[in-house]
Amino acid sequence: MAEIPEHLLKRAEAAREKAQANQESKSPSSEETTDQTTVAVADESPIEEVDEKAETTLQKIQSGLGEKIISSHIAPNRGLWIRVASKDWRETAQFLKDQLDCSFFDWLSVIDWMPSPYGRELDTEQDIEPETINPEEQPIEWGYTGGQTRFQLICRVYSISLGIGVIVKADLDDQSPRALSLIPIYPGANWHEREAREMFGVTFDEHPDLRNIYLPGDFEGHPLRKDYPLLSRRMKPWPGIVDVEVMPGEEK
Amino acid sequence: MTSESDQLAYIASQAADARVNVEVETNEGMTLNLGPQHPATHGTLRIIAKLDGEKVITAEPIMGYMHRGYEKLTEVRTYPQVTTLINRIDWLGSFANEVPFILAAEQLMEVEAPPRAQWIRTILFELSRIANVCLFLGDMAVQIGATTPVFYAFRDREFVLNQIERVTGGRFHPNFDRIGGLKDDLPKGWIEETRGALKRMEAFCDEMEELVLGNEIFQARTRGIGTIPSDVALAYGLSGANLRASGVDWDIRRDANVGLVYDQVDWKVWTHPDGDSFARFWVRLQETREACKIIDQLLGTIPSGPIMAKVPRIIKVPPGEAYVATENPLGEMGFYVVSKGDLTPFRVKIRSASFSNMSIAPWVLKDVFVPDIISILASLYFILGDIDR
Amino acid sequence: MIDLLALSPAWWQETFLIKVPIGLLAVLLPAGTIVYLYLFKAISFMQSRLGPMEAGPYGSLQLLAEVGKWIQKEDIFPSKADKFVFAAAPFVVLMSTFLLVVIIPAGPDALFVDLDAGIYFAMAVSSVSVIGILMAGWSSANKYSLLGGIRAAGQLIAYELPLILAVVGVVIQAGTMNMQGIVLAQAEGEIFGWGGIGNPFILTQFIGFVIFMIAVQAELTQAPFDMPVAESELVTGYLTEYSGIRFLLFFIGEFASAGVFSAIAAVLFFGGWYVPGIDPASQIFNVIGPLILAGKMMIIAFLIFWFRFTFPRFREDQLQRLAWKFLIPLSLANIALTGVLKVAA
Repeated sequence: MAEIPEHLLKRAEAAREKAQANQESKSPSSEETTDQTTVAVADESPIEEVDEKAETTLQKIQSGLGEKIISSHIAPNRGLWIRVASKDWRETAQFLKDQLDCSFFDWLSVIDWMPSPYGRELDTEQDIEPETINPEEQPIEWGYTGGQTRFQLICRVYSISLGIGVIVKADLDDQSPRALSLIPIYPGANWHEREAREMFGVTFDEHPDLRNIYLPGDFEGHPLRKDYPLLSRRMKPWPGIVDVEVMPGEEK
Repeated sequence: MTSESDQLAYIASQAADARVNVEVETNEGMTLNLGPQHPATHGTLRIIAKLDGEKVITAEPIMGYMHRGYEKLTEVRTYPQVTTLINRIDWLGSFANEVPFILAAEQLMEVEAPPRAQWIRTILFELSRIANVCLFLGDMAVQIGATTPVFYAFRDREFVLNQIERVTGGRFHPNFDRIGGLKDDLPKGWIEETRGALKRMEAFCDEMEELVLGNEIFQARTRGIGTIPSDVALAYGLSGANLRASGVDWDIRRDANVGLVYDQVDWKVWTHPDGDSFARFWVRLQETREACKIIDQLLGTIPSGPIMAKVPRIIKVPPGEAYVATENPLGEMGFYVVSKGDLTPFRVKIRSASFSNMSIAPWVLKDVFVPDIISILASLYFILGDIDR
Repeated sequence: MIDLLALSPAWWQETFLIKVPIGLLAVLLPAGTIVYLYLFKAISFMQSRLGPMEAGPYGSLQLLAEVGKWIQKEDIFPSKADKFVFAAAPFVVLMSTFLLVVIIPAGPDALFVDLDAGIYFAMAVSSVSVIGILMAGWSSANKYSLLGGIRAAGQLIAYELPLILAVVGVVIQAGTMNMQGIVLAQAEGEIFGWGGIGNPFILTQFIGFVIFMIAVQAELTQAPFDMPVAESELVTGYLTEYSGIRFLLFFIGEFASAGVFSAIAAVLFFGGWYVPGIDPASQIFNVIGPLILAGKMMIIAFLIFWFRFTFPRFREDQLQRLAWKFLIPLSLANIALTGVLKVAA
């Protein structure tokens, strides 16, 4: 058995304390533009981390794109998020590829921020079928960098030379969510956009071939939307947390 | 009344979905359907190739025969239950699938696994890499036509799988990683046995190098075939050995490591300047050897201590978003976890390596011969569960 | 042999009661042995597995089991297939194998027909199988089969030339095309004046032997030349739609051809039924000759299958390039060299 390195011991200690402290309190979700986020919430010694690389990258982005950046968020040593308007989607990608050498296209997808109208608690045996889905009843809460609409387009690009990855979000219109395709800049976006369209119903203009990629050609509906039911919950009652599940036909 | 052309189009679409070989003759050439059931593809992948004699004009993969809807399912599973689901994405690299998700959840919870757990996680991660890539080495030989190396691959892989089973209880779906650490500790005598398995693995790699890499016919079939330049590879999102075989020197383990202990080990990243099928095979062979060396060093330095950090029994992850990617055997696999503070994640986006690796197939399969389709796809190395999730 | 037993059968008796059954046996027995020994056992041992072990001791009755399985299968025709051609194709391939067996000598008197143009006849008749394969590929109404059949046609035609040219060297050295004459030339020949082991042509025609073996590998569509039946691309190529007894006929044809070509190689290069030490004209060779020939045939067949299990397969254009640009010039050079040495010596 080897000696445990010092720095790891210290980090383990701090992590354990933070975990205990975090059990009671929730860490705040940040929606305003911040350059620095404190990680620990407890009133013991907070560890302030400053992510130099992320901050210089954010400054470069802000100087290059200026007004187009609606908001941004840095989680130190974890990631850099920026949010732009959907009409600036392609220009942002072009800027990131040219100026920041983000030549690696990681992924592209959509987040549907509407809370699920079906029960998601562990004890619901079957999904409640709501008669109507009322958006006012459950207000939408957004994550990092905020948002205003139900659908948000999200994509991540990475720069190998700079060693920094940027996650870009964009709000999409509720009635007809659409954005420009990124294929002229990143050819790899082709399949990701096809998948986003079939799962969420988001249209990509100037995409050469927007067929379904996973689902059969005549599939109706967009499965990953929150108001699309999860059919496996309809078929069989969800047993919840059980130690041993009774076989069908048996009585407990 | 629908017109006859509409009826024909409908029948064609239904038949195409029902895997019937429908003859669609156009002026552009003969359409060949390497259908969903085929000895060459790792599962149910369908490739529609338009041929001019033996030359391919275009080739296009059609997938989704194995789509299981993981991203929808994760919205109704608690975090430990999600681990059982995502085990099955890349079913050959068993343990490696769980790691990025667990690390993302740990990032959000701001919990760090104790050092012993990190060590053992890394060891199991590399063992699953060996198990996965070992199969690739034999399998690519079979696609090229040599029927013997695959048996050696399966035989020597058994030793590694036995070791994984000794620790986790499962060969293919270990379900061993937990938020905050691992489920259990190592059994007695495991370290010595693993060293023995690694020795056999290194002998196997030498055997592969002689039998397959050195074979002139293999070289004639793979050198210069399916060359992917590095800028194209980056733009399409290729990752893992495919990217390194095109000359891009990037490895997540070294450059963007989260939660695993690669900085404690002395190891090397292998790249190859050509981007052809031979380079991809070569890089993966070297990586297998390197993984053996990594595990050897790690086995000697496992620290003592707890195997699990203190986490509550019912895990509620605080609100936030996190993306963690790791260097899985197939490439870069990442999980983007959006949490709203519930028991279940709000949205999990699974970035699977083979999806991006396959997206380059229409580009790379132009003006090649029919046998080259097989060798190029074999060298890109995808697993259907990874493409289809 | 027949003189030995002091029989004088009528022509029809000699043909149908003696020669036809022995001919059938001469084709099927080597095929069966090769299938069991090499396809079931040798390949398994090379791949670090055991092979069939259940049927009979060490799996020796596996072949019976397989034959029985195939015979009792349903006879399936693809609905769009050309019925007559589809049914006739296996017989055409098998016919060429049986025709080949006709000229192989197994002893001074134990042969079927003594043709003066023996080896010429063999080369001519071996091309008949190409037609059979094309028939199979075309009539199956399946794109995989079509691709396989066309690849086979191109490959087999390309590799016929090295086959024939390699044989020409032997013919020049032996001075005759008669198969019995080639055996006797090796039996009675001398190496630099020493007649101890005769003059097996393997020593002087080594290049010819290598070319012959490569060409035979291609003629049998075995790896590394098995593009027509490339399993990982074309399922089974031109054989895809065949099942049951028709597939059995193709299967027998493939392994019987392997045996027959190995026997021809044994006759051409290794001295056929002759072993040094015994007078070639003695009657004992009529009894042990077939056994000796069978032994030599098995050794050469092992070479064929050993290469099959070891090498990956060539792509079609690389295959053609190998034949036209490499093997044919080499065999022509071999002929020239042989001719020069024959005239000079």
